[in-house]
Amino acid sequence: MLNLQPYADPQYFIILLLALIPLAVGLYFGKRFAWYEVVVSLVFIFLMFDGEKYHEGIALIIYMIWQWLLVWSYTLYRKRNNQTWIFYSATILAILPLVLIKVAPVADWAKVSSLLGFMGISYLTFRSVGMVMEIRDGSIQAFNPWNFLRFMLFMPTISSGPIDRYRRFVKDIESAPERDKYIEMLGKAVKYFFLGFLYKFIISHVLGTLLMPNVEKLAILSAHVHGGWSWWIIAYMYIYGLNLFFDFAGYSLFAVATGYVMGIEVPMNFNMPFLSKNLKDFWNRWHMTLSFWFRDFVFMRLVFLMMKKKWFKSRVTTSNIAYIINMLVMGFWHGLKWYYIAYGLFHGIGLVVNDMWLRYKKKHKLPHNKFTNALAIIITFNVVMVSFLLFSGILDKIWFHSFR
Amino acid sequence: MDLKEQVVEILNTITGEDISDQMDDDFFETGLLDSMATVELLLDLEGKFNIQAPVSEFNRDEWNTPNKVIAKVESLMG
Repeated sequence: MLNLQPYADPQYFIILLLALIPLAVGLYFGKRFAWYEVVVSLVFIFLMFDGEKYHEGIALIIYMIWQWLLVWSYTLYRKRNNQTWIFYSATILAILPLVLIKVAPVADWAKVSSLLGFMGISYLTFRSVGMVMEIRDGSIQAFNPWNFLRFMLFMPTISSGPIDRYRRFVKDIESAPERDKYIEMLGKAVKYFFLGFLYKFIISHVLGTLLMPNVEKLAILSAHVHGGWSWWIIAYMYIYGLNLFFDFAGYSLFAVATGYVMGIEVPMNFNMPFLSKNLKDFWNRWHMTLSFWFRDFVFMRLVFLMMKKKWFKSRVTTSNIAYIINMLVMGFWHGLKWYYIAYGLFHGIGLVVNDMWLRYKKKHKLPHNKFTNALAIIITFNVVMVSFLLFSGILDKIWFHSFR
Repeated sequence: MDLKEQVVEILNTITGEDISDQMDDDFFETGLLDSMATVELLLDLEGKFNIQAPVSEFNRDEWNTPNKVIAKVESLMG
């Protein structure tokens, strides 16, 4: 049976672009064929989850019914009332399927995994939880079942983002872009597709497929012989970190480009992250739709709550606690492994230290020139690479697993 | 004190600088404001002008200069 994983091989791009031609022609003439767009989305989602993956497809349907009923009933409730505990309950219920999926491997619940697990569940959860919070704030007031489904099941971004926002997305689907604007979007789409090919099928192929497995073996072997450490680990760190960028940025470019062809301005995910001047800057450039989601829905809301209730006198304490919780939650989101949680904690503490440094710099009016700028970029890059080394899990293999 | 002066005063306190000569500068770009300071701003505006400014309504593109903040406050006061 034909099974197509998104952006996996050249065949996929050919089929995808052929399927999108009628949509593109419509958009060129200022018409958005909503039905056609939905059918294409559903066909491609079906092709992702058919054959051997049919159980994931069923899990997706169960998940969608759950979120659909939840967001709908919360909207209805919110029109009449606005109790805090109902809001918290709705948020917890929206996150619940994802939590079960993350806990299942640790608790050894094989049934839960096969019943509820599907590729993309965490990205869909961001979308629905974001909606629940905006409904609470009164920013989304009506439940439109049709728009909800289109938003959640928007095919180009379903499996790994970028994470769009409901109000932004709906603004796009409610009309067709102006012709000039659409032509510009198509131009960008072509550029992004080719840049994506370069990133994912050339650079990431060399780094991730050709180099990484060998260097990983060397690092593990050599570290095992030398009591838990080897310089190969450092080589692995850079290869893994660079590959993580080229692989994911490549994928994201495909998703954005496909969105553009469909006349939807899917937000960008990366903005030259390795040129960041500090860790805060890094999180404004790396996996941006995720970090902005956390900024808006976790960090800012936590700070808002803590300041409104005056839990801490000092604003520095408030922001430090929010940083650590924010990044820890992000760590847990990656999975219940010590190295993901350590990665989150690393970045939480990193942001605290970063803010301390920025305050110090401001107070003492330190010199600022090309040299300090370059130094800042180099230091940030290496700090980030160390965090990716943690994230990679290779240290877990070296330190906590018996040698095979 | 009119509304404009009051907003500028709040912004001065939060950023620790006199922003009255940079009314159209993007303070996320200049680094004067971050997410933390933004929340302080929202809370201060809520308290001072008795307006509802939830985090969901905060869109960086619409709040990134002192003049835009003033316009936002005016529109939220209706």
